[in-house]
Amino acid sequence: MDARWLAKIKRGVIYLILCAMLIVMVLPFAWMVLSSLKEEDEVFTYEMSWLPAKVTFSGYVRALNEQPFLRYGLNSVLVSTIITMAQLFSSVLAGYAFARLKFPGRNLVFFIYISAMMIPQQALIIPSFMLIRRFGLVDTYAGLTLPFLAGPFGAFLMRSFFLSTPTSLEEAAVLDGCSRLQVLAKVVIPLSKPALATLGLFTFMQAWNDFMWPLIITNSVNMRTLQVGLALMKTDIYPDWPMMMAATVLATLPIIGAFLLAQKQFIESLAFSAVKY
Amino acid sequence: MRAKRSNLGNEQTRTALLALLPSFVIFCVFTLYPVFHSLYLSFFNVSLISSSRSFVGWNNYAALIKNPTFQKAVLNTVIYTLGVVPVGIMLSLFAAVLLNNKLKFRGLFRTAFFTPVVTSMVAVAIVWSWMLEPNYGLINSLLSKIGIAGPGWLTDPKWALPSVILLSIWKNLGYNMVIFLAGLQDIPRDIYESADIDGATPVQRFIYITLPLLRGPLGFAAIVSVIKSMQVFGQIYVMTGGGPANSTMVIVYYLYQQAFEFYRLGYASAVAWVLFAAIFVLTLLQNRLFRAEGA
Repeated sequence: MDARWLAKIKRGVIYLILCAMLIVMVLPFAWMVLSSLKEEDEVFTYEMSWLPAKVTFSGYVRALNEQPFLRYGLNSVLVSTIITMAQLFSSVLAGYAFARLKFPGRNLVFFIYISAMMIPQQALIIPSFMLIRRFGLVDTYAGLTLPFLAGPFGAFLMRSFFLSTPTSLEEAAVLDGCSRLQVLAKVVIPLSKPALATLGLFTFMQAWNDFMWPLIITNSVNMRTLQVGLALMKTDIYPDWPMMMAATVLATLPIIGAFLLAQKQFIESLAFSAVKY
Repeated sequence: MRAKRSNLGNEQTRTALLALLPSFVIFCVFTLYPVFHSLYLSFFNVSLISSSRSFVGWNNYAALIKNPTFQKAVLNTVIYTLGVVPVGIMLSLFAAVLLNNKLKFRGLFRTAFFTPVVTSMVAVAIVWSWMLEPNYGLINSLLSKIGIAGPGWLTDPKWALPSVILLSIWKNLGYNMVIFLAGLQDIPRDIYESADIDGATPVQRFIYITLPLLRGPLGFAAIVSVIKSMQVFGQIYVMTGGGPANSTMVIVYYLYQQAFEFYRLGYASAVAWVLFAAIFVLTLLQNRLFRAEGA
């Protein structure tokens, strides 16, 4: 009897703490949405109200009129898609070579390549910028995407996946006279869909949320990605908060929506980098 | 037979070269070359706007160490890291331990805690700027209801860095929590059950069972959090621009300003190498620490 009550109280306390944390975690998003639905001057009152006095979408209209957010969105989609596709391509090939093909110096090359994961992006950004400028690619999609078309993390992830899958099917295909690249295309890739989805989602989110590189590599308004467009919007002395919240809602809705639909995949792909430990 | 085998080896080597070519090209052009070129640049006076460059030896590094703004940036980065990492990890671990119980709505909590992780830093930094707005923002409005006059969070040099720290803890909580949850679920139930039979209290169970068995995930979270904290940039750019009075000036923001606002590429490259070296040393140290104690 006593023990059961104790367990109940313990459970209640846990729920209470979790609910308090839940409010803190969700409040900024709720505040963002509620503010975006208010009139421009409604937020400038000392008597704060949670709900808009009258729901209005004028903030969204102003956001879309003031800045080409649709263009920003298109740029983000395009840039993230190019980077993701290229990463999948280069990572499958590299991961396959490191996992399945025997060549001299394989382990050393792999070790050097994944060591590069320790180099922070900021240590490379100045020479990369100078290179892109010398190629004449500042303010282009090529300039936005080139440095990210391949990377050690993708190769590492695909190699781990290939090493954890049995080789018997591939060996059978080789005995049947397939070349290694044919084996890769016809046998290995169709069996790698979970790993490809994980890597694709991870890469897409990184590219979508990346800020520093697009900030320095774009000049014209029309080449900005969503993150750059959002960040540069917030420079007025008298900010139009409902408009800015509306723009932020527009920019975050696709990712949050996708996350809510495929939470498991998102969480797995983001936590996957922890696996190597 | 022997000839055939060596042929096979050659075929594999050739295929491997072909397969590694795309990664190799990008690696050489955008990692290997830049990392050494930025070391090279750090010994020169290079400007983004003129093509002249002159060798200055260690002068950039000497100037850097003496520069009060850079010193402030290093100090602020250290304070930021010390503010974000221990508190963030403790809160994440706390949330993970709570969520590791059999609960209704467990998925709901996990989803809500993880949402800030998938949202972009720029977006949440703008939302937080609005919440922290001194006169009409949510935080100060709520504080005034209980009779507290809140400060100008982002305009007061005392409060600006703590405000940014708070945002970062909030944003990353879900990431570390998920890593800890995965670690907690790997701990076999019967260890806890036998501890219960021995009469262990919940606190004892946590200290003697949970913590030691979570050493791997804890080490990983600590390393990743420290590295991420030393690279803090987006929230500073959006919320404070390094101000007020350099109270939120951090290393990467300093690098960005020197390189892309003042066009001092050589000097900024020296900053980049100092950052790289610091991250490298810290990673090795933390790795040793957690590996050695774990073994």
